[in-house]
Amino acid sequence: MSEEKEKIVEAPECLTAEPDLEGYELVYDKPDTFTDVRMHYCPGCGHSTAHKILGEVIQELGIQDNIIGVAPVGCSVFAYDYLDIDWQEAAHGRATAVATGIKRVRPESYVFTYQGDGDLAAIGTAETIHCINRGENITIIFINNGVYGMTSGQMAPTTLEGMKTTTSPYGREIKTMGSPIKVSELIANLPGAFYVTRQAVHTANHVRKAKKAIMNGLRYQKLGLGTSFIEIVSNCPSNWKMTPVQTIDFINNEMLKYYPLGDVKLPSKEALDALAEIEKGEKK
Amino acid sequence: MEQDIRLMKGNEAMAEAAIQAGVDAYFGYPITPQSEVPEYLSREMPNRGGIFLQAESEVASINMVYGAAGAGARVMTSSSSPGFSLMQEGISYIACAQLPCLLVNVNRGGPGLGTIQPSQGDYFQATKGGGHGDYKLVVLAPSSVQEMADFVFLGFEIAEKYRTPVLMLSDGAIGQMMEKVVFNHKPLPKTEKPWATTGKKNGKERSIITSLFIQPEKMEKVNLELNKKYAEIARNEVRFEEVQTDDAEYIIVAYGLSARISHKTVDLARAKGIKAGLIRPITLFPFPYERISELANKTKKMMTVELNSGQMIEDVKLGVNGKIPVGHFGRLGGIIPSPEEVLENFEKFIKE
Repeated sequence: MSEEKEKIVEAPECLTAEPDLEGYELVYDKPDTFTDVRMHYCPGCGHSTAHKILGEVIQELGIQDNIIGVAPVGCSVFAYDYLDIDWQEAAHGRATAVATGIKRVRPESYVFTYQGDGDLAAIGTAETIHCINRGENITIIFINNGVYGMTSGQMAPTTLEGMKTTTSPYGREIKTMGSPIKVSELIANLPGAFYVTRQAVHTANHVRKAKKAIMNGLRYQKLGLGTSFIEIVSNCPSNWKMTPVQTIDFINNEMLKYYPLGDVKLPSKEALDALAEIEKGEKK
Repeated sequence: MEQDIRLMKGNEAMAEAAIQAGVDAYFGYPITPQSEVPEYLSREMPNRGGIFLQAESEVASINMVYGAAGAGARVMTSSSSPGFSLMQEGISYIACAQLPCLLVNVNRGGPGLGTIQPSQGDYFQATKGGGHGDYKLVVLAPSSVQEMADFVFLGFEIAEKYRTPVLMLSDGAIGQMMEKVVFNHKPLPKTEKPWATTGKKNGKERSIITSLFIQPEKMEKVNLELNKKYAEIARNEVRFEEVQTDDAEYIIVAYGLSARISHKTVDLARAKGIKAGLIRPITLFPFPYERISELANKTKKMMTVELNSGQMIEDVKLGVNGKIPVGHFGRLGGIIPSPEEVLENFEKFIKE
C-alpha cells in the first residue's frame, strides 16, 4: 500500500530528469531572478505569467540586489518562494502600509507590492488609497481576476455583475452586493498617483505590453514623483470553473468590457525627460 | 558637565528619549491621551533626523512599523487603548516575524471607547499576548516621567538583543503629568541586522520577513523557537523594585501609577505601626514570579492595587501558589484612588 502511494506522488521522469541539451540551443528559459521552486499556481493561471514578466523586468533593469517585494495574503502569498529577491510577507490588505515603512527607511531601494483584488480593493482599501494619496514612491502590481482565489472562489470587490461565486451562488446582484470596483479609475484621481495603467496577460501581445508597463512602473521610482499602479486583468480557471482556453474568451468577452485596457494616467513629458536624463547618467 | 534636566510631560519625555536613542522612524495616529507623542515628534524629527509619518489608522501604522523594522530600521509607534487594540493583528505578525521595535500604550479606561482618563485595564492584553497565536511581548511599566524616558532606551536594547517587540505600558496619568526628567543617556549603538530586507546584495543570502509557515512541522519549529526566546528573556530580564519588604508582614503588589500611590500608602501604614511593604514589578512580562514566591514565604498577606477589576492579581496568585491569601483593590472608570483610600482598603483586607 505504502509503495503504491509513493508511486502516486512521485513526479514523472520527464519532469524530474535533467534534460539532455546536447546539440540544442536554449532559446527560452526562466529568468535568472527566479528560484528553482516549482510554482503552486493552477495550470493556466495568469499569476505565473505576471511573476515571469516581473522577474524578467528585475533582471533586465539589473536591480535584483536592490529591490524589496511585499507579498500579500491571497494566491500570491508565496510569491517570495519564486522570485529570488528580498521579500516581506504582509498581513491581509496591509501590503502598501508595509511597503511605505520599507521605502521610507530605504528610499534608495526599489520597493513594490504584488496584490490581488481581495487584498488590495476590499480589506486593504484604506491602505491602498492613503499610500497612493501620499504618493509613496513604490510600484503596485494589482492582479484583478474577479474572485478570491486562495480561499477557493468567493466573491471579490471586482466580481462582475451576475458572476457566480461560492458566496454569490445566484450571481452578483448590484442592489445588495454593490458594483465591481474599478480601482484604476478610482485611484487615478489621487494626485499622488503618478502612473496608472490596466493591462492583461492572456495573449502574447498583452504579455509584452504588461511587461513594458511593469518595467516603466519600476523605472519611475528613479523620479520619486508618486506611486505607479499596474492593474493586470487576469483569470482564475479553477474558481471560474472554466478551462484555461475558456477563461481567455471570458476575459475578452466579459472582463475587458467592464475593465477596459490601457493607460489611465500617464507621466508628463517633463517627467519623462527628467527620467531620460537620469538614465543617461546611469549609463555613464 | 552640566546635566540636561527638563520639566516635561511623560509623553513628551518619551518622545524626546526616542530621538536621543536614535530612532529612525515613527509611525502613529492621534489618540488621547498620547497625542503629545506624534505632536512632539512631528515637530522635532524633521530638524533632528528620522522619519515621522502620521498614518491613516493604527492598523496602517503598525504595519508600517513591520515594514520599516523588517528593513532594519530602529522604529516605534505609540497609541492608547482603543487604538492599541487595532494594532493587535500587526503586533502578532511582528512577534512571529521576530522584528525588534518599541510599542507604547498610554492606557486609558475601557472597554469600548471608554474614557480618556488613566487606567490599567489593558494588563491582560499587554501581558498575555494580545493578538492571535502563541506569543508574548516584553512589557515595561514606567511609574514616572523619568522612567518613560529611560524605558525607551531599555526597550530598544531588549528589542534588538532578542529580536522581539517590546511594549511600554504607561497610562494616561504618567503620560500626561509633568515631572523633572534627566537626560543622561548615550545614544544606542546601531546593531547588526543581517536578516533585514536591504536588497539581496553581494551574493548575500536573501532575506524574507514572514510569519507564514504553512507546514505544521515548520510552524511548530517557529513556535518552539519563540518559546525558547521567551524563556531566555524570563531568565535574564525580570525587573522589580521593593520598598520596605525586609520585615514586611503585609505586602502590596502594584505597578506604574498604582505603585506610586501604594508607595505613599506603605509610608502611612508604617506610621500607624503596620509592617507594610511594596513590590513593584517593572517588567510585567517577564513577571517576577520567583520573587513574589519568596516574599510569600515570609509574609502574611498580599494585596494588588490596580486601576482595573483585578488582572495582575492572577499573576501574583501564580507566584504565591496558595501559600498566603491574595487580595485586590482597584478603582475603575479612570478614577485614581488616594493613598488614604488604598490604606483603608489595605487595613480592611489585613483584618479579614
